[in-house]
Amino acid sequence: MEFDLASISPEERRELERNVFVGTLEQLKAWARSNSLWPLTFGLACCAIEMMGTGASHYDLDRFGVMFRTSPRQSDVMIVAGTVTKKMGPLLRRLYDQMPEPKWVIAMGSCATAGGPYVKSYSVMKGVDQIVPVDVYIPGCPPNPAALIYGINKLQEKIRYEAKTGKRVTNR
Amino acid sequence: MIRTEELLLNVGPQHPSTHGVFRIIVKLDGEVITEATPVMGYLHRGTEKLAEELTYTQIIPYTDRMDYVSAMTNNYVLCHAVETMMGLAVPERAEFLRLIVMELQRVASHLVWWGTYLLDIGAMSPFLYAFRDRETIVNLFNELSGARLTYNYMRVGGVKWDATDAWLDKVRDFLPYMEKKLVEYDHLVSGNEIFLARIRGVGRYDAETAIDYGLSGANLRCTGVDWDLRRTKPYSLYERFEFDVPVGRTGDCHDRYLIRLEEIRQSLRILRQALEQFPSGGETMGKVPRVIRPPAGEVYVAIESPRGEIGCHIVSKGKQEPYRLKFRRPSFVNLQILPKLLVGETMTNLITILGGIDIVVGEVDC
Amino acid sequence: MSDEEKKEGAKDDLEPDATSGSQRSNDLSEELTAANDAERGESRLSAAEAGTESAVLETGANTDTSDPIDLERESRSGSTAESGVEHREADQETAEARAARAATKAATEGGAASPPAPADPEREAKLAAAAEAPAARAAAKAAAEGEAAGPPAPADPEREAKLAVAAEARAARAAAKAAAEGGTPSAASGSAEQPPAATSPRQPELDGLVALIRDAAGPDAIESATLNELNGDLPTIIVQSDHLTAAANALKSAPQTRFTYLRNVSGVDYETHLEVVYHLVSLTTGRDAAIKVKADREQPQIPSVTPIWATANWNEREIYDLLGIHFTGHPDLRRIMMPDDWEGHPLRKDYAPLDPEV
Repeated sequence: MEFDLASISPEERRELERNVFVGTLEQLKAWARSNSLWPLTFGLACCAIEMMGTGASHYDLDRFGVMFRTSPRQSDVMIVAGTVTKKMGPLLRRLYDQMPEPKWVIAMGSCATAGGPYVKSYSVMKGVDQIVPVDVYIPGCPPNPAALIYGINKLQEKIRYEAKTGKRVTNR
Repeated sequence: MIRTEELLLNVGPQHPSTHGVFRIIVKLDGEVITEATPVMGYLHRGTEKLAEELTYTQIIPYTDRMDYVSAMTNNYVLCHAVETMMGLAVPERAEFLRLIVMELQRVASHLVWWGTYLLDIGAMSPFLYAFRDRETIVNLFNELSGARLTYNYMRVGGVKWDATDAWLDKVRDFLPYMEKKLVEYDHLVSGNEIFLARIRGVGRYDAETAIDYGLSGANLRCTGVDWDLRRTKPYSLYERFEFDVPVGRTGDCHDRYLIRLEEIRQSLRILRQALEQFPSGGETMGKVPRVIRPPAGEVYVAIESPRGEIGCHIVSKGKQEPYRLKFRRPSFVNLQILPKLLVGETMTNLITILGGIDIVVGEVDC
Repeated sequence: MSDEEKKEGAKDDLEPDATSGSQRSNDLSEELTAANDAERGESRLSAAEAGTESAVLETGANTDTSDPIDLERESRSGSTAESGVEHREADQETAEARAARAATKAATEGGAASPPAPADPEREAKLAAAAEAPAARAAAKAAAEGEAAGPPAPADPEREAKLAVAAEARAARAAAKAAAEGGTPSAASGSAEQPPAATSPRQPELDGLVALIRDAAGPDAIESATLNELNGDLPTIIVQSDHLTAAANALKSAPQTRFTYLRNVSGVDYETHLEVVYHLVSLTTGRDAAIKVKADREQPQIPSVTPIWATANWNEREIYDLLGIHFTGHPDLRRIMMPDDWEGHPLRKDYAPLDPEV
């Protein structure tokens, strides 16, 4: 079979341009991964209620491909929603380790970001990024469901950006 | 010949149906539980220690985050305790606003409970229905106080934001809508055979056990004890309104379910009366000194939150900060009966019983 | 507390608005001034007395009902309390009311000025009566702060009690003048005589509980027994820790108290000692009480009440975890909130975290 680029007629070319995409395999994988992020249900505190509200009927998360999975073995992203205490820290790390690659972490709310209103407490870990690498931080106490959706969209953009350019946003 | 061994199962802190980070270590003999040990503290944030360095107004946002599903009642218990200590009078309009938001909060909290309880049992749709209706209430609160979940709405001596007439009309429109929805929920769930088979007769205890374990809220009333703090030790304006307190008979999960649904109806009834009697003018804050310094001494007040009796014990040395602030959290106390109830139950009933107690782990750990 | 709220709710007047109808505010003023006079703080006084003022002072003398919120309300409410007292004492003494108004005006406007020159004995009597309210309030404050005073300041509207108090205050006119000049009633309290302690309606309750505990646990079981005015005259009894079990058993099973419901167990760290407070309520009668037990700070040991009230189980575990008090006889005393290998007891005042940077 011969394939000569010069011999394609303009109509055929327009047809091809509409229906054929060219890209790298990485971009294809990133497109698939970003549009079906399955989070691990890791609601710890008040942000969990907002996460549940985001997943519920009004701010539906299913339309973004986000389906909450209960087992870490089946999930891509861990949305840490709520305060991480020192007692919970090792367990969180263990769950993160149980997740298969590729995996991401979203720190939702100010407690997961940096300790939040409990930053002076004796039993609160000041930010979950002390134990797991975080990709997206969502500020708020608790963040609006729209803010959580924005955060998830940001993660999707990040996944696609890293695949397209091959760069990492931060050095791990 | 089959040999059975005891299995130690960790219903771990990360579990979809533990309502938060709460761990139960169960010893199983096949499917039957022989012993259950709850472990908590995974969300212990040290609110009581932090409170010793904050003024009372600064503690109010922390109370929101304790029982985050019903934040208005938490706000109220702290403000009420300080007002009792100082002998402050709250203006009528503020007290009406407080009562309205507390009853709306009760409806919202019971909706969350209903949705998640049925999600635990296995039904997916009620969760979506409940959260759709909760969105209406949460939007009302958003308009009133600026936040969806942690309102920081009440202050010592009154409330922070006044309500417009348009907001009150929205609440008035919400009441018949919610009553229709309750009928819909009944059609959806309450007669379902599978649901009834899973719920009836599960987690039964009698009144003496309930009193001995200090249970409160629907957990106490399901056994037949008529003890509702809105009725027996009235606070706020509850004496002006007519409402019934649903009391169960058998003390099982089914009774608790029915009681909570009925409490939603009664809350709507109180709301209707409160909106009728709402004063047209008035202040939202009473005459409060600029610096809130309760006299030295201690006080314990308790109110009826959707989960039971929430109490606030303040020891003050006459300064702006409390010397010791202790919250009596209903979920913490109600949870004590869990190890006793679970002995002899199957694993599936563990989830049913745990959901029926209606805990919020932010409150268990404080 | 609930009684007063009932009255207030029934009278439909929770707002500190001075422009209420005179009839209603007259009735209100009777109950509220008497109930609040010595017991509650300044704010409620000003709220109720504002109504009283406008009733008694019929011209509606502008006696600063719209004062900005400030901490010197004492002088103003002192004067308004006085006019309330006058109203109840003698209905026909309008002349005295006028004198009261003049004195009120003087006290409010001056704050620091001495009362006007004419040595009218009536006026001075009213001024003296003005000291009664601050003195009574100061007595209540002292009682609250001391925490171990005798029966508390008056809480029920007994006319005789008020008259007696007013008579005593009249005897301390010099101190009253100093108070009116200084504007701070705390100065008056030092020199004014303490009003005779009128009994609270819950005093017999307290006596009954004391008698019950003494019968059950021995005569030296009780360290002190008071009524906590801040908390609606809650009977508060400090029990020696050795006798706690006997006292608790008695309280639970005695037919006249039936304290079957333990509401709350709190631990408090006073720097000199540790203390555990038990709040009890009876589901049948609705009565409540509080029991306190003190413990030494170095080796805190308190008998556990878990065998008596099962709800104390996790409460005591939490107190052990956060404060370090050992409860002897507890079935399973281990840490509940902190991880099992945590060092230290966080809620103690001298706690220093080992890892503050995490």
